[in-house]
Amino acid sequence: MPKTIKIRKGLNIPLQGNAEKILQPSPAAQVYAVKPPDFHGLTPKMLVKEGDALKAGTPLFFDKYNEKVLFTSPVSGTFQEIVRGEKRRIMEVLIKADGKDEAVDFGAASPAGLDRDEIIQRLLKSGAWPFIRQRPYAVIANPSDKPKSIFISAFSTVPLAPDLDFVVKGQENFFQAGLDIMKKLTDGEVHLSVDALNTRSEAFLQAKGVKIHSFEGPHPAGNVGVQIHHIDPINKGDLVWYADVQDLIIIGRLFEKGVFDPTRVIALNGPEVLNPRYYKVKIGAQFLSFAENNLRREKGTIPRIISGDVLTGTAIEEKGFLGFYDNQITVIPEGNHPEFMGWLIPNINRFSMSRTWPSFLMPWKKYRLDTNIRSGERPFVMTGVYEKVLPLDVMPMQLLKAIMINDIEKMEKLGIYEVAPEDFALCEYVCPSKIEIQTILREGLDSIRSEFA
Amino acid sequence: MKALIQFVEKKIQPNFESGGKLHKFHRSFEAFQTFLYVKGDVTRQGSHIRDAIDMKRTMFHVVIALVPALLFGMWNVGLQHYIALGMDVTFWNEFWFGFIRVFPIVVVSYVTGLAVEFIFAEIRNHEVNEGFLVSGMLIPLIVPVTTPLWMVALATIFAVIIGKEVFGGTGMNILNPALLARAFLFFAYPAYMSGEVWINTTLREGQQLVDGFSGATPLAMLASNEVQQLPSVLEMFLGTIPGSIGETSTVAILIGAVILVTTGVGSLRIMLSVVAGGLLMGGVLNLFSVNEFMAIPPYYHLIMGGFAFGAVFMATDPVTASQTPKGKYIYGLLIGVFTVLIRVLNPAYPEGMMLAILLMNVFAPLIDHYVVEANMKRRIKRMKPSTVKVQA
Repeated sequence: MPKTIKIRKGLNIPLQGNAEKILQPSPAAQVYAVKPPDFHGLTPKMLVKEGDALKAGTPLFFDKYNEKVLFTSPVSGTFQEIVRGEKRRIMEVLIKADGKDEAVDFGAASPAGLDRDEIIQRLLKSGAWPFIRQRPYAVIANPSDKPKSIFISAFSTVPLAPDLDFVVKGQENFFQAGLDIMKKLTDGEVHLSVDALNTRSEAFLQAKGVKIHSFEGPHPAGNVGVQIHHIDPINKGDLVWYADVQDLIIIGRLFEKGVFDPTRVIALNGPEVLNPRYYKVKIGAQFLSFAENNLRREKGTIPRIISGDVLTGTAIEEKGFLGFYDNQITVIPEGNHPEFMGWLIPNINRFSMSRTWPSFLMPWKKYRLDTNIRSGERPFVMTGVYEKVLPLDVMPMQLLKAIMINDIEKMEKLGIYEVAPEDFALCEYVCPSKIEIQTILREGLDSIRSEFA
Repeated sequence: MKALIQFVEKKIQPNFESGGKLHKFHRSFEAFQTFLYVKGDVTRQGSHIRDAIDMKRTMFHVVIALVPALLFGMWNVGLQHYIALGMDVTFWNEFWFGFIRVFPIVVVSYVTGLAVEFIFAEIRNHEVNEGFLVSGMLIPLIVPVTTPLWMVALATIFAVIIGKEVFGGTGMNILNPALLARAFLFFAYPAYMSGEVWINTTLREGQQLVDGFSGATPLAMLASNEVQQLPSVLEMFLGTIPGSIGETSTVAILIGAVILVTTGVGSLRIMLSVVAGGLLMGGVLNLFSVNEFMAIPPYYHLIMGGFAFGAVFMATDPVTASQTPKGKYIYGLLIGVFTVLIRVLNPAYPEGMMLAILLMNVFAPLIDHYVVEANMKRRIKRMKPSTVKVQA
């Protein structure tokens, strides 16, 4: 075991509703959706028409700017409709499942017998390629690039993160197959990071063909961006790829079984879930299909349902769908009710990193946090706040200001290539001026990307 | 309270909304509304939950931290007054006398400052910022008790307009507004800001000053080489000495410092480095001491004049101080050094803290610039020549 990298800065947000380690059986969903907005910077071009019959793995659309990258159906059934948003942007591609579980046969093959190009072709054709993402920019990797290394984080520190030791149980061989495929994609190392204190699974600790690193510390220690920074930082011109554990399991399954079967084990959790548990569902499954009767509803209020975690996830409706990359769904109360003198009264149900609330006297307490912003947006006033939760040698405030004035050279020098919005999510959470930091950072990344495209 | 909130939202708010009769004043309404209650606004994107802290609560904690200095200042105003008169009165008499003199200054400072803030919020159409909650309390604490109220009002208006609004408001300013108010008074009305101004010596019929009363601050005594007359260390530490209203008591200021540091609102980095800078320069001057001022023990500087107050409440202003963690050390250290330097070597200004902080306010961006440059250089050095090429 290598030396543990200790992360000191950061914050674990004590949210109620951690999922019990029970796999809750649930009926398969009737409707699935593939959501183009899950993939940042994608312009989809449709390949199917309404009413077409689909199998799991049938291409639905492709990326206009990278035609090789296909997005395929997660299940068999028929193509129902396209849901459009503002400016006719495609928001959801809906599929009505037929429950037959038919799948396109891509042919089982051991990764050892395939060369790099064959592997990439197979990933592209099956629709598994989008699982592989790249830094800089945190977008789908370009299949014609070769990364200097590939990073996998075998633990997550986001609020109410699913326990990946539990998730990987019974799928160890798929995970290892996924790692073997990653190994073929780069001439450099495949880095697998584990939690020094909590990772127990042999699938991670005994993984073959990869370099294992051990991390310890609060969120965002589990973020791949933080791990990249401490293991093999990205400089201008560098390219690294990364994928989640569950993404690798799906990729491994594709090669072992020959079919695209995007089944995930997700945690349904949060203070508004009656019995927070794990569910086995396919990507894009409709939320209600498995979560019905498991939500707390007070006097007809609709809670905030988030596909993903509370810091970076996407709000979905009750009839909404699980996102492509998400390993959990978090349900928290809406905060759309005013609070008299709420900024002043020392309410014991408010959590803050600062010690201006009594919460710092009760480190054991878990909170039912809601979505209230609690203030209007202000200019940057307090300094040194972001630095407490960002365990990188990056100056967050200076970087954000460089982005705001669109100073590309300064952004580069201050390390924008290393970071993704998720790494700055905690900064946004703690910001007393309520500035939308992740949005600013994403704009900065987009601006740099368009500059060099 | 629900009924009150509903009344505000249903009955009052429509008047201020777009198209309403009083729309012109909607920013002012908003300020009162958000003071009364936290609105039900929710997040839409990014982080779905937000930390419970906001600007109001942050600023409120600074005001809380200032309360010990304020209360002590009120009492000390009375104490000094009755000492000058040679009268022996009760604690409450002393406090009451001070309260009557100090409270109007606080009111004038808040009323004029907030009025300017509200006017600018309406003109510029931005939300009323909470920054003045702190400045409005700082200004009364750093002026002599004898300052006329119209002067306080004028200085406050000057500070808010020139110190803040011309730069774009709270968060954009270069100089600490409260100190700017003090500097304005110091240079515009020097006669009211030095000499026999530290003690309220208004006499009623039959009262008279004690023989040989001077009323000079310890710094003034040192500047005129009257070391023998210095108050004891304990007196200077407790603050029962003449000086600006809130800055004499190191004890009261330390209580404030503890509040600021435990809540995480004030920067311990800056406070400690200012103290370190003061002690360092005091020690250096000891080595070259040619007069009695240079020879005083360095820690005397910490308990005299506005040093402690400046270190805890003025230098730590997050907007005008250095913003980088390393920059804060340099910034604080230089404030400490310059304060002692100005105090001891400059015959014109007995109080160095104000000018040292204003000076370093100006240089803070430069310090930050070099800290950021160092980060950039470190980043470039990290580049390994053997990074894998990206295929076309």
